[in-house]
Amino acid sequence: MRTSTREVLLGRAILIFVMLITLIPFVTLFVTALHAPGTYPNGLSLPEEFHWDNFVIAFQSANMAKMLTSSVLIELGVVPISLLIATLAGFALGHLEVPFRRTLFVVFVLGLTLPFEGIIVPLYYQVRDYGFLNTQWAIILPLIGLFMPFAVMWMRAHFVNMPQDLTEAAKVDGASTWQLFWRVHVPLSRPAIASLAILLFLWTWNQFLLAIVLVDDPTKRTMAGALGAFQGQWGTDIPLLCAGSLLILTPVLIVFLVFQRQFVAALLQGAVKG
Amino acid sequence: MARTWRPSAGVTSPTEEPSGDIRSRRRADRARRLRAGLPGLALVAPALFFYAMFVLRPLFATVQYSFYDWDGIGPSTWVGLDNYVRLLTDPELIGPIVNAFQLILYFSIIPVIFGVIAAAIIRKLGASKLALASRTVLFLPQVIPLVAAGIMWTWIMASDGVLNQFLSLIGLESLTRAWLGDFDTALPAVGVIGAWVNVGLCMLLMLAGMTKIDPALYEAARLDGAGAIREFVSVTLPAVRQELGVAIIITVISALRSFDIIFISTQGGPGNSTLVPGLEIYYLAFFSREIGQASALAVALTALVLIVVLPLNRLTRTESMS
Repeated sequence: MRTSTREVLLGRAILIFVMLITLIPFVTLFVTALHAPGTYPNGLSLPEEFHWDNFVIAFQSANMAKMLTSSVLIELGVVPISLLIATLAGFALGHLEVPFRRTLFVVFVLGLTLPFEGIIVPLYYQVRDYGFLNTQWAIILPLIGLFMPFAVMWMRAHFVNMPQDLTEAAKVDGASTWQLFWRVHVPLSRPAIASLAILLFLWTWNQFLLAIVLVDDPTKRTMAGALGAFQGQWGTDIPLLCAGSLLILTPVLIVFLVFQRQFVAALLQGAVKG
Repeated sequence: MARTWRPSAGVTSPTEEPSGDIRSRRRADRARRLRAGLPGLALVAPALFFYAMFVLRPLFATVQYSFYDWDGIGPSTWVGLDNYVRLLTDPELIGPIVNAFQLILYFSIIPVIFGVIAAAIIRKLGASKLALASRTVLFLPQVIPLVAAGIMWTWIMASDGVLNQFLSLIGLESLTRAWLGDFDTALPAVGVIGAWVNVGLCMLLMLAGMTKIDPALYEAARLDGAGAIREFVSVTLPAVRQELGVAIIITVISALRSFDIIFISTQGGPGNSTLVPGLEIYYLAFFSREIGQASALAVALTALVLIVVLPLNRLTRTESMS
């Protein structure tokens, strides 16, 4: 292919420019977090002395250990249950003869574009009536429901492409539907389930609206919700706010860097399928 | 149903199909199919339960609330379409919707255009280290909470922030201001945050689409004497139609339902200059206690997203079938 050096150079330059723009906010956050607490640093400037202890101060005074525990609890409540029931439903809708199959699928798809703001008001009263307000359940249960349209569609798209012969073979061998699911299909679906797990983890961690509406106590919220409270509390102490934000960012960044390949693939596929 | 009824006594033995009668056979068929489908239905049930309980039920409740005047505590009064009438006539309530549409420019149009062009140029780099590194870096804004993006950019665009520092450095001191606190610049400033979040996703989506294109097509185009722009319009664009559609849908939705970024950076201010429907629903329901009005706006927002997305969706689906 004829590709001129000029084009390659231009491509490089654009890429570097976009990467710089993407990174500058992170760098700013990091540098600012190292300034003396209580000061008002001027733009992007190196502090005279690096205040690494800002991270410790932020961690302790924001009760970060409790926030982390809460986020992990919420993840443990949301992700496994969502994965299980979405896989079951996706398997049935994609691979079995289910009465009203089309109707059921359309009902799920309808929820795909629903903005969470659209149902947050009655959700508040509903959760209050159940007595879950201000507990982790207030985030866990609605979030499972809200993830269902995407999760079921994702798993169904996977199971639709599984060869029917597999099922026939297992049926001939006398496998029940349940055995067929657990012994044959789940092991073959690990990649699809893993991608979905990554997406659900991320969306739960970053969930903000449900957290601020349904849970008052920042130490019982998701990390993103806690970060919101954090800003309200420390909006004036910029270095500490930045240090705290970085601490809250770190876990997702680590998970992202470790599972990078799967992450990018999952997010792009998720985008195309969603 | 006008078929003749033929008794078939004696033909069936207990071990065979129960009856030769068509009607009852049909009924039996349906019953059998339903019975055969029961395990499947049982598998769908848990997902359907959570979905019905925490999405469909509140969705119907939102519609129901929207016809009432209710403060969340006392008795509610039926007001018919009054809340919707106010939605269309009260400038305070139209403003947020207009703002959301303006945000489409920043959250969607700019990142998509930028993403397409950048991806077209980057495609030529192939699998260089730089291109690989960019996949990691450009995804960072998609991974972090939007709240964090809001906090970072609030600080960057503050009066003592990096942006003003940079402007002063290159001699544009006259332009410096508190970007998020200025009536003229607050909405575009919020938009820039959204653009920052979305541009990487758009670019990578486009790149993913473009890597599927057969290089022979480009060879052919070049042989026919097509320039870079002609080649882009007649080879690249048609091939990435699906990814383009997806990028537009996702980013448009993110503009219409924006909440997190604005909640953190401006709270809708100054004045109402950056107020968006999501935030207005939150304020109406949980601060001014106008549950009915908040619900009407919620219904409108939900409908708006559907109205905008459905035609776009059709555009991408027809192509993807082939």
